[in-house]
Amino acid sequence: MSILVYAEHDNATLKGVTLNVIAAAQAIGGDITVLVAGEGCAAVADEAAKVAGVSKVLLADNAAYTHQLAENVAALVAEVGKDYTHILAAATTSGKNFAPRAAALLDVGMISEISSVESADTFKRPIYAGNAIATVQSSDAIKVITVRGTSFDAVAAEGGSAGVETLGSATDAGISSFVGEELAKSDRPDLTAAKVVISGGRGMQNGDNFEMLYTLADKLGAAVGASRAAVDAGFVPNDMQVGQTGKIVAPELYIAIGISGAIQHLAGMKDSKVIVAINKDEEAPIFQVADYGLVADLFDAVPALQSQL
Amino acid sequence: MKVLVPIKRVVDYNVKVRVKADQSDVDLANVKMAMNPFCEIAVEEAVRLKEKGVATEIVVVTVGTKAAQEQLRTAMALGADRAILVETDEAAQPLGIAKALKALVDKEQPQLVILGKQAIDGDNNQTGQMLAALAGMPQGTFASEVNVAEGKVKVTREIDGGLQTVELNLPAVVTTDLRLNEPRYASLPNIMKAKKKPLDTVSPADLGVDLTPGIKTLKVEPPAERQAGIKVASVEELVDKLKNEAKVI
Repeated sequence: MSILVYAEHDNATLKGVTLNVIAAAQAIGGDITVLVAGEGCAAVADEAAKVAGVSKVLLADNAAYTHQLAENVAALVAEVGKDYTHILAAATTSGKNFAPRAAALLDVGMISEISSVESADTFKRPIYAGNAIATVQSSDAIKVITVRGTSFDAVAAEGGSAGVETLGSATDAGISSFVGEELAKSDRPDLTAAKVVISGGRGMQNGDNFEMLYTLADKLGAAVGASRAAVDAGFVPNDMQVGQTGKIVAPELYIAIGISGAIQHLAGMKDSKVIVAINKDEEAPIFQVADYGLVADLFDAVPALQSQL
Repeated sequence: MKVLVPIKRVVDYNVKVRVKADQSDVDLANVKMAMNPFCEIAVEEAVRLKEKGVATEIVVVTVGTKAAQEQLRTAMALGADRAILVETDEAAQPLGIAKALKALVDKEQPQLVILGKQAIDGDNNQTGQMLAALAGMPQGTFASEVNVAEGKVKVTREIDGGLQTVELNLPAVVTTDLRLNEPRYASLPNIMKAKKKPLDTVSPADLGVDLTPGIKTLKVEPPAERQAGIKVASVEELVDKLKNEAKVI
């Protein structure tokens, strides 16, 4: 078994989710090669070489890969990946963007967002918004897979001593180009990596009231998320959305405030270790998954909670 | 320009699905079916492009059973001009569907293909990207804004951490995210008119594609049930439980 793991990074540092993907690769078993594609990203390759369990790092440093455009990255992954039995990427917007394209170029099916490894060709993955778990088996020569990061414990970032090999030529497909990006700035931990997540829903009533959650989050070192209702109402930007169509989180503690608990939201957070729900409607479905439920007006409960911590 | 919109018939998103006792699949007998919500957004975007005078013809297509005609009629009631059903009883997977769509792209020569970003049954999020690869087209996935101008399409994409804008040469593939638009409802007169619009049926063999799934589903189980929780009476009790019982703060 030889496994190619696609490294997620911002051209400066390796993103934490890559360590979870390497953990999934270890569960499959075999030689693990990490592919780092980007521009001016040699530091990322050095970082990847130190990760426990990695035997080789391939570095594709070229302007064609600066913004991870799917057309160029998928062509690279399909070219490099044809000598491997497995190609793994994180189930992030980046992984979801290029991995199916690479699979089609290799003429193989793809398995999205695996949550566990049963054997080298058999995996479990959630379907129907997490309401069912399918066990699937691939007979393809190359298995192209995206990995749900929160389902695998990260491997150690230190302890490895892999060699870095630089890949020569790169091709720019020339059919797409990067125009610009707008990234939301936040000093709080990343939503998908935070140990504690506090989310607000429609019950927050407006965007200003989210300040209460930010203050509480800073006290707990938590990230702040939101339900789709809060995002659609314009309270907060959409990259804060937790759910089937937003981010999947599995923190140690998830506090749902003013969130009813639609199945699409539950799909994004029900693997959290401890779930707390604060809602004034005692019939809200969120209470069916909450370990601790408090039926109360959030405008009384949140300040009280803050003063007690 | 011509716009091709592939759609999918799926279980209605309000239905809470149950797993069959023999664990072969989820139980879809007598369950309400509908057009996948992301596909509705794709149809809406195509119709808006036509209303702006950018698109001249909208062809809606699906790969599925005869019953999927119902969703094609819905799409035509929303504004699509004609429909193609690739009829099969096989539960086709994204790669097979993408190959069938590639054959239709070769035939129809659309300038833009708009799909939903994922279907809410398989949650794969693969078909658009695979079609783009097979057709050699650029892709604008998870689109929250689409602007067509001068032989190119500018797509604003929802990515982890914010938004990214890319420019793609036409022909291109775009997949829709939730915030791209608010789909309209079909009016009764339009539903009546849609019954007269052309709907062609072709077989996978006509297109020269094999839809046999390459990935086998061995088992479908319900997710692990969470232990029933407790209700606490006050914030004090909650903090106490989190500190001393759950030990998470």
